[in-house]
Amino acid sequence: MTIQTRFGPYGGRFVPETLIPALDELTAAYEEVREDAAFQAELAYLLADYAGRPTPLFHAERLSARCGATILLKREDLCHTGAHKINNVLGQALLAKRMGKRRVIAETGAGQHGVATATACALLDLECVVYMGAEDVRRQELNVVRMRLLGATVVPVESGSRTLKDAMNEALRDWVTNVRETFYVIGSVAGPAPYPAMVRDFQAVIGAETIAQVRERFGHLPDEIVACVGGGSNAMGIFHAFRDLASVRLTGVEAAGEGLDGRHGAPLAKGSPGVLHGSYSYLLQDAWGQVAEAHSISAGLDYPGVGPEHSWLKDSGRAAYAAATDDEALAAFRTLAELEGIIPALESAHAVAYVLRGPSSAEPTAPSPSQTGRFTIPGEAEFDPAATRFARGDLVIVNLSGRGDKDVYEAGARLGALS
Amino acid sequence: MSVRKLPHRPEAPADKPPVTPDAAATAEDQGQTVATLPARGLAPRLAHAFAAPRAQRAALIPYLTGGHPDLQTSDRLIATLIDAGADIVELGIPFSDPIADGPVVQQSTHAALSAGITPDDVLGLAAAHSAAAPFVLLTYLNSVLAFGAERFFTRAATAGVEALVIPDLPLDEAAGRTVSLAREAGGLAALAAGAGVSLVPMATPTSTDERLELVAAAATSFVYCVAVTGVTGARAEVGAELPALLARLRQRTDAPLAVGFGISTAEQAAGVAGLADGVIIGSALIDAVTRAASPDDACAAARSLVSAASEAIAGG
Repeated sequence: MTIQTRFGPYGGRFVPETLIPALDELTAAYEEVREDAAFQAELAYLLADYAGRPTPLFHAERLSARCGATILLKREDLCHTGAHKINNVLGQALLAKRMGKRRVIAETGAGQHGVATATACALLDLECVVYMGAEDVRRQELNVVRMRLLGATVVPVESGSRTLKDAMNEALRDWVTNVRETFYVIGSVAGPAPYPAMVRDFQAVIGAETIAQVRERFGHLPDEIVACVGGGSNAMGIFHAFRDLASVRLTGVEAAGEGLDGRHGAPLAKGSPGVLHGSYSYLLQDAWGQVAEAHSISAGLDYPGVGPEHSWLKDSGRAAYAAATDDEALAAFRTLAELEGIIPALESAHAVAYVLRGPSSAEPTAPSPSQTGRFTIPGEAEFDPAATRFARGDLVIVNLSGRGDKDVYEAGARLGALS
Repeated sequence: MSVRKLPHRPEAPADKPPVTPDAAATAEDQGQTVATLPARGLAPRLAHAFAAPRAQRAALIPYLTGGHPDLQTSDRLIATLIDAGADIVELGIPFSDPIADGPVVQQSTHAALSAGITPDDVLGLAAAHSAAAPFVLLTYLNSVLAFGAERFFTRAATAGVEALVIPDLPLDEAAGRTVSLAREAGGLAALAAGAGVSLVPMATPTSTDERLELVAAAATSFVYCVAVTGVTGARAEVGAELPALLARLRQRTDAPLAVGFGISTAEQAAGVAGLADGVIIGSALIDAVTRAASPDDACAAARSLVSAASEAIAGG
């Protein structure tokens, strides 16, 4: 079966001609391993015995009581390296090895994809270079140390907004220069074809497990799946198995940052279609097509673009997209820690914030300056049926894409939890 | 050198005077009815510019980021390039995320954007000077899409621009071989041709023979040959991979072959001129402009560099 290169009008291969032969080569190699039993067996082995799959589907009872629905957490935070990113990286690193590419490059925002790539490269004896925006190097220091300990070279990127977008620019420039011996491990369902479909396929294990787990436990399908969306790989990973099951609502949660009227990272909510990093998709841009700088407290969602399949899911109406502010995410970060003993990544906290939010269709707005830094944890009072967005008895699955160790200093400072 | 230049192409005689922007506009009108890509005649002034110096030497094509370091200096710089011996002028539209460019061009586009330069400004610069020399614009695709592709192509043609280089629009996307952004128009290349502008296909050292067949079929003005596997910017050595690429292209097309990426010195320009029909010098020129202490110094540095390259090409 050929690999999907378009999602409605979105996707494509908008990269310099130098890279086209490499994308053709990658496409052919990926088509081959999809049908290759030995490759799939090796990947399945590594996902199980190295990455720790399957991950649990945990019934978060106190959170459920707070939200007025049955909330299940898909515990991708329990994967080796602390996030879902390892699922995709193991697949791509095995593919790199099979293609005889000894040098691997990656871009990273929060550092989770960089850590996963450095990990897989250590395991498979590959050279690893990770591009990371200088601002993200600062705010995700823990992951920088981890990558270096794993033997990777971390290159801080000083251009532009010094975040994920610029890291991806620099990784693409490296690839254009060293394409013959280099494999570019893209960390999200973004970039030129075949990456959006390939990364989705490698992440689809999340949804495949989830559907089996929820059927076994509850005997029926969930009502809603909720996942945060930056580039959108954890969301596509859990959505994919449910895509053709129309009764299941699919909800992506973008970063509303300081509010959708202010600085944010919500291209599906507030952007328009354009071309960035090799694909045609929704994008934050000005009237001249200059790509705008995104903002999110979460480095992994601090990206002005989004994977092309999400753009199509939005336009086709198959998925709905909401957005949670920095403050909502911080509140959810603390709430989940206090209610369930789980410290989520700030990225994943956006998905938690959505289920904690009341029923009103009120979208987040920019806080007044006096409100910044002050938080009201939603639902501190007893559950009020009028205060939930769910029907009583709804079964809702939140993809908890990563754990929050990397965020404790940034979030702790904002929450006043550092003594 | 194993690669020889072809003789004059008969449809672009050296003694034909350059056509004016008005004539280009006429070509635009004729182009409206052309359903498929015209093999010839889409960019008559470019054809003339490549043909005129061809018997003696390759065309010299300096590249500047439009509006860098500021609009007024950019305007003076373009006049200086033409006066100093540029056969064709290539201007870049500053874009926020120039993935095909090295640090020098990146910094110049960032500076131009910080100064508020827009695509309109760069089109204005082309319009102001296109009577004096043929113009090529380099733009990333998103600038075209945001402008409105059809409107952008029409505006470029009206400004006297004959060809566009879009580094993140590879051949199959331009031709709509996959689902195109301009499907109903038969692809962006056809849309541009309809407006009277040629989309310039790029050939690189990594291009397979199959890709070069597509390049040859898509060449309506010239072929942009990327001298190195990499991004723009000066290199100590240019073109270990170049002769083989040019030879493979010569087997497939008689369209002019212009070479860019990495050519920074007069010696390098002369070396490439011995192989190709056009030599593009970008980063070295932009670097000289960036380092200049004043607009006068910038113009003097640009004149010096272009004159030296022009003489080296003529003597080489």
